Amino acid sequence: MTIELFMQQLANGISIGSLYALLGIGYTMVYGILRLINFAHGDIFMMASYFMVFSVINFNLPWYAATVVVIIASVALGVLLEKTAYRPLRNAPRMSIMISAIGASFLLENLATYLFTGVPKGFPDIKILTRAVNLWGVSLSVATIITPFTTLILLYVVLFITNKTKIGMAMRAVSKDFETAKLMGININKVISTTFIIGSSLAAIGAMLWGSKYPSVYPLMGVMPGLKCFIAAVLGGIGNTTGAVLGGFILGMAEIMLVTFLPSLTGYRDAIAFIILIVILLVKPTGLLGEKVTDKV
Amino acid sequence: MSILQINNVTMQFGGVTAVNNLNIEVQEGKIEALIGPNGAGKTTAFNIITGVYSPTKGNVIYKGENITGLTPDKITKKGIARTFQNIRLFKNLTVLDNILIANHLRINSGFLSCTLRLPWSNREERHMLEKSEMLLDKLGLLGLKNEIAHSLPYGEQRRLEIARALATDAKLLLLDEPAAGMNREEFNFLQDIILNVKQQGITILLVEHTMELVEAVVDHCVVLNYGQKLTEGPFCDCESDPRVIEAYLGKEEAEC
Amino acid sequence: MIDKLNNKKNKIYLNILLAVIFAIIIILLDTERIGDNYIRRILNLSAIYTIVSVSMNLVNGFTGLFSLGQAGFMAVGAYTVAIFTVPLAERAKIFYIIPQNPVLAQIELPFVIALILGGLLAALVAILIGLPVLRLKSDYLAIATLGFSEIIRIVFTNAKSITNGALGINRIPPMPTMWVFFGVAILSVLLIWLLINSSYGRAFKAIREDEVAAEAMGINLFKHKVMSFAVGAFFAGIGGGLYASLLASVDPKQFYFTVTYNFLLIIVLGGMGSISGTVIAAFVVTSGLEVLRFFDEPLTLLGVNIPLFRPGFRMVIFSLLLMILVLFFRNGLLGQKEMSWKLIFDCFNKKKPRKKTDKGGTAQ
Repeated sequence: MTIELFMQQLANGISIGSLYALLGIGYTMVYGILRLINFAHGDIFMMASYFMVFSVINFNLPWYAATVVVIIASVALGVLLEKTAYRPLRNAPRMSIMISAIGASFLLENLATYLFTGVPKGFPDIKILTRAVNLWGVSLSVATIITPFTTLILLYVVLFITNKTKIGMAMRAVSKDFETAKLMGININKVISTTFIIGSSLAAIGAMLWGSKYPSVYPLMGVMPGLKCFIAAVLGGIGNTTGAVLGGFILGMAEIMLVTFLPSLTGYRDAIAFIILIVILLVKPTGLLGEKVTDKV
Repeated sequence: MSILQINNVTMQFGGVTAVNNLNIEVQEGKIEALIGPNGAGKTTAFNIITGVYSPTKGNVIYKGENITGLTPDKITKKGIARTFQNIRLFKNLTVLDNILIANHLRINSGFLSCTLRLPWSNREERHMLEKSEMLLDKLGLLGLKNEIAHSLPYGEQRRLEIARALATDAKLLLLDEPAAGMNREEFNFLQDIILNVKQQGITILLVEHTMELVEAVVDHCVVLNYGQKLTEGPFCDCESDPRVIEAYLGKEEAEC
Repeated sequence: MIDKLNNKKNKIYLNILLAVIFAIIIILLDTERIGDNYIRRILNLSAIYTIVSVSMNLVNGFTGLFSLGQAGFMAVGAYTVAIFTVPLAERAKIFYIIPQNPVLAQIELPFVIALILGGLLAALVAILIGLPVLRLKSDYLAIATLGFSEIIRIVFTNAKSITNGALGINRIPPMPTMWVFFGVAILSVLLIWLLINSSYGRAFKAIREDEVAAEAMGINLFKHKVMSFAVGAFFAGIGGGLYASLLASVDPKQFYFTVTYNFLLIIVLGGMGSISGTVIAAFVVTSGLEVLRFFDEPLTLLGVNIPLFRPGFRMVIFSLLLMILVLFFRNGLLGQKEMSWKLIFDCFNKKKPRKKTDKGGTAQ
């Protein structure tokens, strides 16, 4: 174990953690407002990756234009998802909306398999991101370096929106008490759409950064990250944006540390997330930064 | 003999103190009322007694045993049952099923015996069925036993909730606004039921806004306001206490 | 005539008649007097899917818990049968890269024992998952079971000395007759039906209807949720064990979590509170999935190649069906009711008066 290898893995861990954090924010916000696990969030991340592939490779857009296109397309997809799969079931029993969420996720995965085939496609090589940089003897790609900073900046932006803007206040009100917020004249649909817009944009940006690190794009690529990011959100305290970021970092670090120090268990890397889930549910179910919620009876 | 004591109970939700240093004693076999304006903490008190909330401070003693912080199902097993302010029946199940479910807590057979329909569990099932039908009959609901709970008229739903609570073999019954929204006929029937329950030796703690019912059946009142006990005593004393009138009606209209 | 049939004695005769017809059909199929291997296989698969779907309905439809773990529990049952029923002499040929774990390599169990063991192991795993997760609000169960399904596949792929990893296990002894599948299916559905209609089943339904009220009526939520979840896992494991012997081979890729979606579609289609609905839907969906294969093949109509039809279309249609069901027909075929002769007769009665007026109307 050289110090260089350790530093390299540490950087990797932070980088992966930030990616988990970006997706985790989307899950935590939607759950906070709708009490719904948006199973399809990971698939929006997947579709964003495909949008990028097509924008750059098929439509020959330069990467910065493609990024804008991808973000817009992902947001459109997220809002469409909410309008068609979740809104009609807002007054239905909880089981129905959960089934709809999982069904939407499945539909997106099958559509992707049908339209793009299951054969993995290569994420476009954005030279500016994949270029390697030598930092204190450690070789890292630009993407790896800027990812954590991007996440923190975006976290700041999201927190600014939720705490300092009118729509943000509305979002906080709805997540605290849905019925009363409605009675106070808050436009619930607008609030929910905004939540999905924010979540989907973050998923799109996450897809960009992820693709530069793991260039394989395939229909089920969003499944594992989706599950892990929801677990990250639970770890940090579901409903708490900062918690999701914290949870993401911890999860990313834990995974990389396992692979670094116990390389024979690399095959079980994905299992770390679930062990963490079980542990946090046993020890502190409200999550690291979560608050206890009492239901009115 | 006091069957229930609430000692120095305080309930805080974050910055809000719903119940502040509450002390209540309920005598066995009597009917006690908890009255007070909306938001006074009456349902919160119920939730603390039945284990839905764990009080921030203080304890609840039932038949000499400290039941503070126990889960609701354990408290019900000890003999305290309740109805809800907003009816919480098992809406899509039949009237009979609602009552049978309330018998489940006393079952001795394990799930394997029940599934395999072994003789002793069949006996228990028959016994539960008989008991449930008798109870439904007493409360005038036997004819509706196969109806779906949410299809019942409002008054009958409230009656079913009371029947369900009684089916748990409770010795202390907590009724949360049982008379709300009832017409004259349903009200009279309710009054009879409550007095009948008292005759069987079951203690009743009642939260109620319909003063006519309180006056008719209650032995002793406790008045709450802003989470604190304002006063207590027989109903007529409470009714005429100027502080109580002020709590309900406000200062200017205290003149009557 | 319909009204005459609608009394208790006649209903019993009708039920017996139905059972006899059913038994005859199975016997004819089984002894190969009618049908072919393809049909037999679909029917056996439907029987297996019935078991797993009813077990899923017990947990999701009757107790109201959102569990997505059936694929994982099936895998446990399937691998138990695979590991223990392959004849000892054949083991070395299967575990040819990494030898089988020495303890397991000596154990060979009769099919029935392995099957039940598989169910019990699945139930044990369910209890282990349920202990931390079911004490809380059941929302997390979906993620935990979905995750478990994924992890079990990862474990089975990596624990090579036990499961032979990605190579899988084959040469599993096949079943001599269709009655194994149908017999176990009938027994399983019966047992679950008995459970649902017992006091414990009512407690499960109470939890589904209103957890707070159920707890207030003395029902220990945690204990009953774990009970339901474990029983559901047990039967899913049994289904998995049968699946292994039907296919005569298992490998981790067969139990990808997407398999659970089949059962989800079945229970939504049949009605999430109806056992008979699930049974009917299981046969409909299993055969339907086969019929839908037609969508995966290129299609030429009148010499024109319709571009939509290519691999993957089948699953798109399948997932669209699930979405349409949950959005517009969330009660499925039977909702919370069971199939009964009364329902069938009512259907006929509804049609009769219309026919009469038609006749009257055209009498000009």
